[in-house]
Amino acid sequence: MIRITNCLGSDRPLAGHRPYAYIGKTVTNESEHDMRMWRDWAAMAALAITVALPAQAQVFNPVTKTLSNGLEVVVVENHRAPIVSHMVWYRVGAADETAGKSGIAHFLEHLMFKGTPEIPPGEFSKIVARNGGRDNAFTASDYTAYFQNIAADRLELVMKLEADRMRNLTLAENDVTSELEVVKEERRSRTDNDPAALLQERLEAALFLNHPYRRPVIGWPGELAGLSRTDALDFYKRWYAPNNAILVVAGDVDPAKVIALAETYYGPLKPEHLPPRIRASEPPQAGARQITLADPRVKQPSWTRLYVAPSQHSAVDKTQPQALEVLAEVLSGGATSRLYKALVVDQGLAASAHAWYDAGALDQTTFGFAASPRPGISMDKLQAAMKAEIALLLKTGISEDEVRRAKTRLKAEVVYARDSLHTAARVLGEALTTGQSVADVEDWPNRIAAITADQVNATARAVLSDNASVTGLLLPAAQEARQ
Amino acid sequence: MIRRLVFALLLTLPLPAWAVTVEKVTSPGGIEAWLVQDHANPIIAMEVAFAGGAAVETKPGLVNMMASLLDEGAGPYDSQSFQGKLEDLSIGLSFHAGRDDLRGSLKTLTDNRDTAFELFRLALTQPRFDKEPTERIRGQILAGLTRELQNPNSVASRLWNKAAFGAHPYARPVNGAPDTVKAIKTAELKAHAKTWLSRQGLIVGIVGDITPEQLAPLLDQTFGALPASHPAIKVSEATIATGKTIVEQRDIPQSVAVFGAPGIKRDDSNWFPAYVMNYILGGGGFSSRLTEEVREKRGLAYSVYSYLLPMDHAGVLVGGVATQNARVKQSLDLIRQELRRMADAGPSETELADAKTYLTGSFPLSLDSTAAIANLLVVMQSDKLGIDYLQRRNALIAAVDMDQVKTAAKRLLDADNLLVVIVGKPEGVTSSP
Repeated sequence: MIRITNCLGSDRPLAGHRPYAYIGKTVTNESEHDMRMWRDWAAMAALAITVALPAQAQVFNPVTKTLSNGLEVVVVENHRAPIVSHMVWYRVGAADETAGKSGIAHFLEHLMFKGTPEIPPGEFSKIVARNGGRDNAFTASDYTAYFQNIAADRLELVMKLEADRMRNLTLAENDVTSELEVVKEERRSRTDNDPAALLQERLEAALFLNHPYRRPVIGWPGELAGLSRTDALDFYKRWYAPNNAILVVAGDVDPAKVIALAETYYGPLKPEHLPPRIRASEPPQAGARQITLADPRVKQPSWTRLYVAPSQHSAVDKTQPQALEVLAEVLSGGATSRLYKALVVDQGLAASAHAWYDAGALDQTTFGFAASPRPGISMDKLQAAMKAEIALLLKTGISEDEVRRAKTRLKAEVVYARDSLHTAARVLGEALTTGQSVADVEDWPNRIAAITADQVNATARAVLSDNASVTGLLLPAAQEARQ
Repeated sequence: MIRRLVFALLLTLPLPAWAVTVEKVTSPGGIEAWLVQDHANPIIAMEVAFAGGAAVETKPGLVNMMASLLDEGAGPYDSQSFQGKLEDLSIGLSFHAGRDDLRGSLKTLTDNRDTAFELFRLALTQPRFDKEPTERIRGQILAGLTRELQNPNSVASRLWNKAAFGAHPYARPVNGAPDTVKAIKTAELKAHAKTWLSRQGLIVGIVGDITPEQLAPLLDQTFGALPASHPAIKVSEATIATGKTIVEQRDIPQSVAVFGAPGIKRDDSNWFPAYVMNYILGGGGFSSRLTEEVREKRGLAYSVYSYLLPMDHAGVLVGGVATQNARVKQSLDLIRQELRRMADAGPSETELADAKTYLTGSFPLSLDSTAAIANLLVVMQSDKLGIDYLQRRNALIAAVDMDQVKTAAKRLLDADNLLVVIVGKPEGVTSSP
């Protein structure tokens, strides 16, 4: 089987605003054969998709504690190796930016490595590395997170460093100026050099009519170019405080000791009066949109459709998010799943066909479909087949047996998720910054187990409405776009 | 200031030792595997390497296509029923072609262990290569090759390999080229599987919820029916072309540059000094000189790096940078300047000490999953590092001294003789005549 793993080159667009986490910095992966920096953020972004499956009760079993200044502490024990993953998640992301300042959440993430009165610019990562650790950070629409992976006996050091920059960031004008150039290069690498990414950015902008999820995390080029030191510091002062943060520690640790260390280093930090996370609301969707991007650089065309969908937090009917997770698994969970079997195997029209859904968003999220044609197959034919498959799904629905198979696989994913301590930290941090609780994460297998085919079919019919969708066509320049 | 003193104190603490027991398990039939037991989770991961990767193939892309088809129907199961069994039991089973070997990966819950190994056996010994999956996988590989053409990073890597290795098989992409992939015949796929999937040079690494007693008979059941040997590997040592710049014009806002030179093989006695040197030069992320000069000080790029890639018949040192077209010349000049500085004077004592601390202390970080450890067990065997390598590795790095690093830098870094490929519209840089 061919597995598409590189999300950059993949025609599976990265599932909308949520999983498209920007890794602001880059680290090298010290393995026996050194790898390029490039691969790391691709791997992390892919992880963001695959760990959309949280845990069951008795899986991560985190110990939690809220400090008196509001900092939430979450500890997961994993004693496989004497290592620890130390993460601080802030409940702020690109969707919390003010109009005209797109990109500031991510730019600030870069600038968080530019020093405090105690730690000179650029020293943060070097201190971590000198202690055998790796550090990085990433920004998404709903959150910004910083992490260090390091020997467990260095936890105190990284806590001290991370607590320091939570309140004490100082920025020199020249560091801001040069880092803005770095972020502009990052945008060129990720987006401007890649027509598929350019289309994805525009599809999201078209899908959300008013909600800031329409905004690219890295920022629109014109606005990005105008970001200043003052913008960054304003954003920092508004949002970076212990009562807007979650500390997640996973690894070879004793929870009581972690909490005591957190009291020592994070405990003294002053909380802030936080503004509410009020985002512009999304009006009712009332009309299908289509965007065609024809570019001479495109060699392999693709078809994408995004629908606005309820998230775990935004859903009024709380069975809907898990119904959609089961639906995505039925449609796209492997080589015998509906889309792959129909489009790729039986009809032989597509090289790839996917569906995806990520419940982890503070506001609405997306349910997506994508496909790319086999050599010699026209886009018209591919499009028609994908639309027919969606229509069939809505008309006849999926069976109890399909639901049962999907649920079995999702249940097994929980066991695999426990294998890596980074997965635990990531899943919990994402959940807590997108309006969910630890109990929600731990209860996930029970909610999945309770889903019926009727619920999946009713939810599919409620969510997959053309009027709440945008369709994207990525075409070589020569090819005419046809409806 | 007190805070900084505390930091300084922490820096001097020794890094903890990490003990993992690697056991050698030999089956009654004489098949060997290296095992790390871990019974914390009901998961087993296996990584397997077979000798003979793309370098031995008769048609570019053959091994890659064969690897993609091994799990597409075997024994009594056609493609859909084979994949259906994997999905219903949540078994991860896949094969992957490299230049020098073919890898197989298996991941299963303990409950489904016997079925998982049985499916792995069928894939190796009775792959079907039915018409439908063969044409489907061919179409997917062709679509992937087409997609690579729109990615400047892929284009740059391909051109660099082509220019660097010339007539050597390493010049060819593992996934082939459209005309060769179109021409691959089912009989060739079958013949290659039958000839090259053998017990000679078979390497097995297993991690997780399994005991040696449980593993030994499984090894015979899974691999025992494979042929005892494969044909001789007739791949020559590669010579790497240097001293050339190739510009591939593309209308894109950012140029992607790949640069490289002859590197070093894993069994070279100078490997660790070279590895430490490269960490300081361009392997060490935010601690590397290239990142400091190109990104941090001047904001020229988001990503700039170098790495050592050791293969069976060549070693290369490769690096890269992506920057707006107007800054390509400045960035490459800076990179050359840094290579020269390292070759001339080596690193500082502090840089060397910091590199050694990082490279020893960070080692366990890569091993955070069963699959990652299984992969390491295969690398340890294929590179002949010894079963006690995990215990010795950090001492080998700690023993690297300044003279050795300087020697490695002089040997590997020739700033005026790089092979450079640029994809984009770079200003002020043209192809060598």
